[in-house]
Amino acid sequence: MHRFANPAQFNRLADAILPWAKMAFVLLLGAGLYYAFFDSPPDYQQGESVRVMYIHVPAAWMAMFTYMVMAIASFTALVWRHPLALLAGRAAAPIGAVFTALALITGMLWGKPMWGTYWVWDGRLTSVLVLLFLYLGYMALWQAIDEEEKAGRAASILALVGVVNIPIIKFSVDWWSTLHQPASVMRLDGPTIDGSMLMPLLLMAGAYQAYFVVVFLWRMKLEINRRKLAVARQAAMHASVGAE
Amino acid sequence: MSAQISGARVFLALVRRDVRLAWSQGGGALLALGFFFVAVSMFPFGVGPAPQVLARIAPGVIWVVALLAAVISLDRLYQADYEDGSLDDLVLSPIGPMGVSAAKVLAHWLSTTLPLALLAPALGVLMNLPDQAYGALIFSLLVGTPALSLIGSVGAALTVAVRRGGVLMLLLILPLYVPTLIFGVGAVDAAMSLTDPAPHMALLAATTLIALVVGLFASSAALKLALE
Repeated sequence: MHRFANPAQFNRLADAILPWAKMAFVLLLGAGLYYAFFDSPPDYQQGESVRVMYIHVPAAWMAMFTYMVMAIASFTALVWRHPLALLAGRAAAPIGAVFTALALITGMLWGKPMWGTYWVWDGRLTSVLVLLFLYLGYMALWQAIDEEEKAGRAASILALVGVVNIPIIKFSVDWWSTLHQPASVMRLDGPTIDGSMLMPLLLMAGAYQAYFVVVFLWRMKLEINRRKLAVARQAAMHASVGAE
Repeated sequence: MSAQISGARVFLALVRRDVRLAWSQGGGALLALGFFFVAVSMFPFGVGPAPQVLARIAPGVIWVVALLAAVISLDRLYQADYEDGSLDDLVLSPIGPMGVSAAKVLAHWLSTTLPLALLAPALGVLMNLPDQAYGALIFSLLVGTPALSLIGSVGAALTVAVRRGGVLMLLLILPLYVPTLIFGVGAVDAAMSLTDPAPHMALLAATTLIALVVGLFASSAALKLALE
């Protein structure tokens, strides 16, 4: 694992993956959007509003996935002091926050015509809102502590405490059966959603996943370069002080 | 000189010292209780004094204000000792960082959040809480308040080195209080509508136990980090 602790090596790996991920994103998004908006049937109850699902459901999946990426990075950073893990958590957090916000907003837009309300305090909505707060808290803690290493490790502890929320999100629809519908794809007894709707959904999920990979690698490279710049600045400062 | 001091003695001494400090002049316990009382008694002015309305919102109002009172008093849980350097000594004592956070949490619970639970019935009277709900109110607060101190300790330890970290701590902690709040209010609501509060109580107790495991671990990790 520490093989990729070398930033140069990581950069090479990232540069190798990036073009493929970008291509996958464009293709999957194109196909996904086409099927989602033109070549899939309207729902017999929801009508055309069902198409919001193709945006909403993958965003919600990615909100949880990204949190787990952040949590695993945090764990790696705290336990093995892996030098890139702190940066990975920091790179993932804003992406996850955006996915979470997107899931909440599209859910609200779908809820107004379907449920008759933008917002209800049911278990799923509430726990996803808490997820958003956890992302914001993680980023705020990074900002609040001056020393970067310490800030990152403090934020990592918070991220790990917040993992408790992930199973609550997943099972909230079973524990409190209120407005939000239970899982129809990620089920032990197979999906209960028709193939004509499942396909665009999975294509969109793939597109989101590819998007995450692209932006995550970009942000990792950015963090590495920012680190390098800080070190170079410090070295230059020491050199100029030494010359006087 | 016998340098060996037993861990239990350090632990008890630390608990006793912190309880005494919390209740002495300038300590936070009385302030938290005062806040609890004053903030709850604002609600009848805000929503109007209609008895049915007050009774309906009483469990939620009392629980939410209890959360806020706990958070306010947590601000200084580690900070005073961090600033004057005694936190370093405490962490190096036989009880270690985990023992320090356990002692601090216990002292905070005894001095601040437990009194909130004991004061709650008086506020129930002000809020026109129905007779059948008092038992559940006190019991749910007794079961739930340790979680407030435990989770709060994580936030206090994470922000101990942050200048003006109080508001940040509030933002970090309050979302983590949500399960405790839901099950606590659920228990009182159940008792109010004459159904069985036991399932809510069991979930509340489970939340507190999870907070015990996660909270002490995370607090001690955060303390070690802050003192590096």
